Amino acid sequence: MAMTMVEKILARATGRKEVKAGEVVEPAVSLAMSHENAALVINQFLEIYQGTGLKPKVWDPDKIAIIFDHRVPAESSKTATNQKKIREFVAAQKIKKFHDIRGDEGGICHQILPESGYVRPGTVVVGTDSHTTSHGALGAFSFGIGATEMASVWALGRALNVEVPKTIKVVATGRFGRYVLPKDFILYLIGKITAEGANFKVLEYHGPAVERMSTSGRLTVCNMSVEAGATSGIVPPDKETLRYLKEEAGVKDKVEVFGPDPEAEYDQVVEIDVSELEPMVACPHTVDNVKPVSKVGKVKVDQIVIGSCTNGRLDDLAVAAKILKGKKVARGVRMLVFPASFRIYQQALKLGYIADLVKAGAVVMNPGCGCCLGVHQGALGDGEVALSTTNRNFKGRMGNPKAEVYLCSPAVAAASAITGFITDPRKGGK
Amino acid sequence: MAKVVLKLGDDISTDIIYPGRFMATVLPSETPQYAFADFPEFNARLKRGEIPPGSVVVAGKNFGCGSSREQAASTLKGHELVIVAKNFARIFLQNAINLGLKVVVCPEIEAEEGDELEILPDKIINRTSGKEFRVEALPAARQAIIDAGGLIPYTRQRLLQKAASRKKG
Repeated sequence: MAMTMVEKILARATGRKEVKAGEVVEPAVSLAMSHENAALVINQFLEIYQGTGLKPKVWDPDKIAIIFDHRVPAESSKTATNQKKIREFVAAQKIKKFHDIRGDEGGICHQILPESGYVRPGTVVVGTDSHTTSHGALGAFSFGIGATEMASVWALGRALNVEVPKTIKVVATGRFGRYVLPKDFILYLIGKITAEGANFKVLEYHGPAVERMSTSGRLTVCNMSVEAGATSGIVPPDKETLRYLKEEAGVKDKVEVFGPDPEAEYDQVVEIDVSELEPMVACPHTVDNVKPVSKVGKVKVDQIVIGSCTNGRLDDLAVAAKILKGKKVARGVRMLVFPASFRIYQQALKLGYIADLVKAGAVVMNPGCGCCLGVHQGALGDGEVALSTTNRNFKGRMGNPKAEVYLCSPAVAAASAITGFITDPRKGGK
Repeated sequence: MAKVVLKLGDDISTDIIYPGRFMATVLPSETPQYAFADFPEFNARLKRGEIPPGSVVVAGKNFGCGSSREQAASTLKGHELVIVAKNFARIFLQNAINLGLKVVVCPEIEAEEGDELEILPDKIINRTSGKEFRVEALPAARQAIIDAGGLIPYTRQRLLQKAASRKKG
């Protein structure tokens, strides 16, 4: 039987010849990622062992990754105490893929995993974060789970109760126009299929526009696939995947790659010609409320955010720096930049992007989730408007239910920083 | 019989159920205080104990979309609320089942605040309007977790089985 990418991965991870959409399977997990919510995972993990007479021991410390990113450095004594507990657990269980709050190896989990070479094509990755879908960019079946489910994975090494998802094939043709980016493509797709259009399904990306896309762009696309409800986004691994793993992630061992069967059965096929797209904006308060920038109207912004696991990579900072170099962030607008990792931060320093952004008036923050989810730094005032390259604009998302968040690409964000209004980067700032 | 205490629309995100700014609080014993914190009146009624266990929240499509935060399930479980929705986002549904939060998939549900519902395994009867709505069963493997009393006891059983077979082998 012909299989989709994810069916093939799940067949391997269950040691079977084939699996079919709709079956429930228990795949072996190759990588299990958590961030600060590891505090809850630890709590649930210890509870599993209670009364068993067994010593709590994770199934494989080398397959667990813990990255501090949601509240770094700690914003409260509560967080600091949770982080301390996690450090103690990491040491006791001999977990090595641990990224603490450090300028040499810290960052956001969805950048640390790929850049550290932890993610391999064809494997099963789980994470206690909904944007774990990101790692499908490297051809893994990668999905978000809750903390108790992660505790179960830590104990058994398997994800229990995974329903083999149906797959939607997305075929992207054409070439992106000037200042039209992978973010615009994924926003357009979410607007088209809606916030629940891919619920319980996988989005598998194909076509020449995806083949030409860098791993950074693919990470943006797979990251936001969850905003259409998808269990995961996935790009069949190709030459670019191998290049990234070797050149950027420092992977030295042989990487095995496979794609879906050509005759695989898809739930539906969506075709998008990216050459027809213009920069897109997701308007408040749902991610599928997407409009081309030209149809948004005159919207004044108070805060611009560039960064996050969605758009805090080197090419994102490069396009922002290019637009802002020698220009000024409009008076009355605060611009915050969160690089996705310290490795990217250092590269951006070396290339002068950070200097260009700071000189323009941006505040460059340390890598982390920052204000994206409203727990730390950069909260909005009542009635304020943010324009952000992050992934969610739900009511209250940036810490204030009386504020509004619009989502866009780094090019739209940078051009809008100059004018103080949501602006088409192709027309430029003042 | 259970009373509808809150009626919500489509795409209710976990940021609405449990706002991100309270995410440093993780323990199921502590999360219930922040349930629907941005609906101050409803939150206050919950905290004052005015909403009896078994009360129903009715929602539209895609309930629990967004973040995987398990607090969104534990905060509702803490008040023993029952969530009836047209459908649920995947991670939230999984978290609810894992923690033993009662969720009911009812694709055509029509109910208003104050309505009395009778929730049966295969249908919901709205005793106020007199209308009946079919209920979609949860997949069998998920039912096994519910029957075990949640994922923690289920995994505990599996762990003990594994340990026993290792001893034998």
